[in-house]
Amino acid sequence: MAGITSMGVYIPMYRLACEEIAGMWGVRATGGKKAVAGYDEDPVTMAAAAVRECIKNDSLPPESLFFASTTAPYQEKMSAAIIANSVGLNQKSITADFANSLKSGTTALKSALDAVKAGSAGRVLVAAADCRLGLPRGRFEQLFGDAAAALAIGSEGVIAEIESFRSITSDFTALWRTRADRFVKSGETRFIDTQGYFPIMQEITSGLLEDCNMKPADFSRVILPAFDARQHAALAGKLGFEASQVQDPLFTGIGHTGTAATLIMLIAAMEQARPGDRILLTNYGDGADAMIIKVTEAVSGVQTATRLTDRLEKGRSIDYGTYLSWRELIRLEAPGLPPRGEPSLSARWRQRHVIASLSGVKCRQCGLPQIHTIGQNIRVCVGCQSKDEFDPYSFSDKKASLFTYAVDHLQPTKNPPGLNGVIDFEGGGRLICELTDYDLNKVEIGMPLEMTFRKMFQGEGIINYFWKAKPIE
Amino acid sequence: MESIKDKVAIIGMGCTRFGERWDMGVEDLLVEAAYEAFEDAGIQPADIQAAWLGTVFSGVTAITMSPLGLQYIPMTRVENMCATGSEALRGAAYAVASGACDIALAIGVEKLKDSGQTGVKGPAIVGDNPDGSSEIGSGFSAPASFAYLGTRYFHQYGLTREQGKRLIAQIAVKNHDNGSLNPKAHFHNRLTVEQVVSAPIVAWPLGLYDCCGVSDGAAAAIVVRADMAKTFRPDPIYIKGLAISVGARQGVMRQDYDYVHIEENVRASKMAYSQAGITNPRKEISLAEVHDCFTTHELILYEDLGFSPRGQAGEDIEAGTFALTGDLPVNTDGGLKCFGHPLGASGLRMMYEIYKQLQQKAGPRQIGNPRLGLAHNLGGNAGMGIASCVLLGNEK
Repeated sequence: MAGITSMGVYIPMYRLACEEIAGMWGVRATGGKKAVAGYDEDPVTMAAAAVRECIKNDSLPPESLFFASTTAPYQEKMSAAIIANSVGLNQKSITADFANSLKSGTTALKSALDAVKAGSAGRVLVAAADCRLGLPRGRFEQLFGDAAAALAIGSEGVIAEIESFRSITSDFTALWRTRADRFVKSGETRFIDTQGYFPIMQEITSGLLEDCNMKPADFSRVILPAFDARQHAALAGKLGFEASQVQDPLFTGIGHTGTAATLIMLIAAMEQARPGDRILLTNYGDGADAMIIKVTEAVSGVQTATRLTDRLEKGRSIDYGTYLSWRELIRLEAPGLPPRGEPSLSARWRQRHVIASLSGVKCRQCGLPQIHTIGQNIRVCVGCQSKDEFDPYSFSDKKASLFTYAVDHLQPTKNPPGLNGVIDFEGGGRLICELTDYDLNKVEIGMPLEMTFRKMFQGEGIINYFWKAKPIE
Repeated sequence: MESIKDKVAIIGMGCTRFGERWDMGVEDLLVEAAYEAFEDAGIQPADIQAAWLGTVFSGVTAITMSPLGLQYIPMTRVENMCATGSEALRGAAYAVASGACDIALAIGVEKLKDSGQTGVKGPAIVGDNPDGSSEIGSGFSAPASFAYLGTRYFHQYGLTREQGKRLIAQIAVKNHDNGSLNPKAHFHNRLTVEQVVSAPIVAWPLGLYDCCGVSDGAAAAIVVRADMAKTFRPDPIYIKGLAISVGARQGVMRQDYDYVHIEENVRASKMAYSQAGITNPRKEISLAEVHDCFTTHELILYEDLGFSPRGQAGEDIEAGTFALTGDLPVNTDGGLKCFGHPLGASGLRMMYEIYKQLQQKAGPRQIGNPRLGLAHNLGGNAGMGIASCVLLGNEK
């Protein structure tokens, strides 16, 4: 039996109300709010967070990782490799990016499933994340949200078996971006509905049900893709599903989260599912994917871990100006500090373990865990001066507390003022680092922190990923 | 190990006006400071047998000293972050003490205002290599690392945010009072506690007036063998102690560091006190110039240097102990806060003030009858410091 063995989700903490956008432009609000990635987040960092949670919830360690996104930060350089490195995946793992279609998340899932079934992989992580942009004042601007989801696929400890799978490929052009486009473009809505979306979705759904000799009433939940709420409601009716069967697409809570949307809906459905339930999952984009998922007894172990419902209710409101600056839609005056030099590629390679998974060392003589403040290799123990007697020691999974701090108005950040401080890890070790996702009114010495993989301040050039501390909610 | 005490004397010093010296380059600042020192010592440039230059950003080699026109003598550029000026004096003093030369020049210079930045240029992380080869990305400002001291000090000793702000504000007010009496200081304005606490925040709890000036300037000293000193002048100043302590980042990597003191400060001062035979610094030291780059640092320095018991610097501040008229005046020339901080010059600028005070030549800032002065200079910051302590006396 092959299927889903674990799941993880990441929703950034910031929310932009559609009314805030509508008020700016004097247009109608579509209702609800969208999740907005922090200024230091992107699909890679969000996926890394979802993957970490997925690994934590799984019974076996992952071996490989597939990443799906239409907004991967590099055109050339694999995001899956960055994410895999950040969670300490073995160098022998297979990684791949799936891209360029909203369907790429379920296609990655299919590839993972096939690899597991074929016996070429034990545990495969499938992550999907997006940060899509709609043109200011356009309908997509209010709709598109940012988030990530991760599923583990394997044949042991399965919480939901993937019973059957069907795909359609179609060169129907509905949404697109060329290399030069930052904003999603769309064809005429009626044309998309009548000639592309509805026919393809009807064909994939009826085809899969016929294959399996099943009918709509056999499913406790159905997950349907859509460009917006109107289309979503219309499709459910056309396919013959009751409203009670249809999974909320979460558009009003976090927005349309691109490749992550379908997987997040699946996670939401899984949180509510009972053993034996069947879920029909469909996805659309340059064709369609559909699969039938049967929930097993093992689901209860993971069900409470993702807490999606709780997370949807949380979030901190930001204003439209903040959104514009974080997404680099307007350029603001630079902070007070002079720009920093380009990071050296060779030095970053030497320091890859520190950068990727915040790895330090633990002294075999005195037992002191330590990590160098500027990422240098530690050769002599800062505690007892023993030379080269260390075991590797990971800090990325350690909780920490804030020992002292500064609210730094000169720190280079798109969310001023910055907050940086001295953090002490549980079990030993100390680091000076930036903090993120904080509420300045609640910052105090001793506050509990966890580490999060983020984009650091950068000039032109490579994206400088490293770790920050964030308050534990 | 022998003490440096009374082996080396300073027979001449020079110091430019510090500030925004738009009309002066590195060459002008060097010549201005050096020639004041030559004149004060009553010597000619040709009498200098070896020279040490301290600068952080304004030159990479001893060739930076070429505007002085010294003729083919041994010259060296040294750098130790904000303790660079003191490092130049160490080089010159040890050379004289060793007998390698009899008359040496120590000079420090920094031309910060050509950078186009309002703050100090350079790496965001102390010890970060500017070529990016030790770059893991965290960004924080220089004030932030000294803000850590304040945040922790307030926490440890139970001060409210308001109490803490008012405590450190008094240090800025004192240093501006002193600097207003000093024509060479960058700033001449007096401040009130209200002005300091209500100034814009730079890095909480540090406001604008808790931070030192970014200035251009140079300072110089002529050192000779102590036994020769009185052939140059009747009132030479003797080096009584010369210590430097450099951390290995223990504080920023180990949880046992408390962020309410700087270990390097304590170690350097103890070394210097030991060399000079000082057992009670609070009583024996007449005045101190300390590294008040930020007011929080001067606060903990009162305790690090043994002037106040731990946690009780506030009581001495309230009592006026460190004011010009107090028992132990600190930063009589205005300090880094008001005099300004051209990095490579600052250590020698501190010594310039002590030298003048010990010679009773400090004008309206002159304190009673000083015998012994301490110049404390810190490079780096809390948890990863380079602390220098130089003790100067007017009696051998």
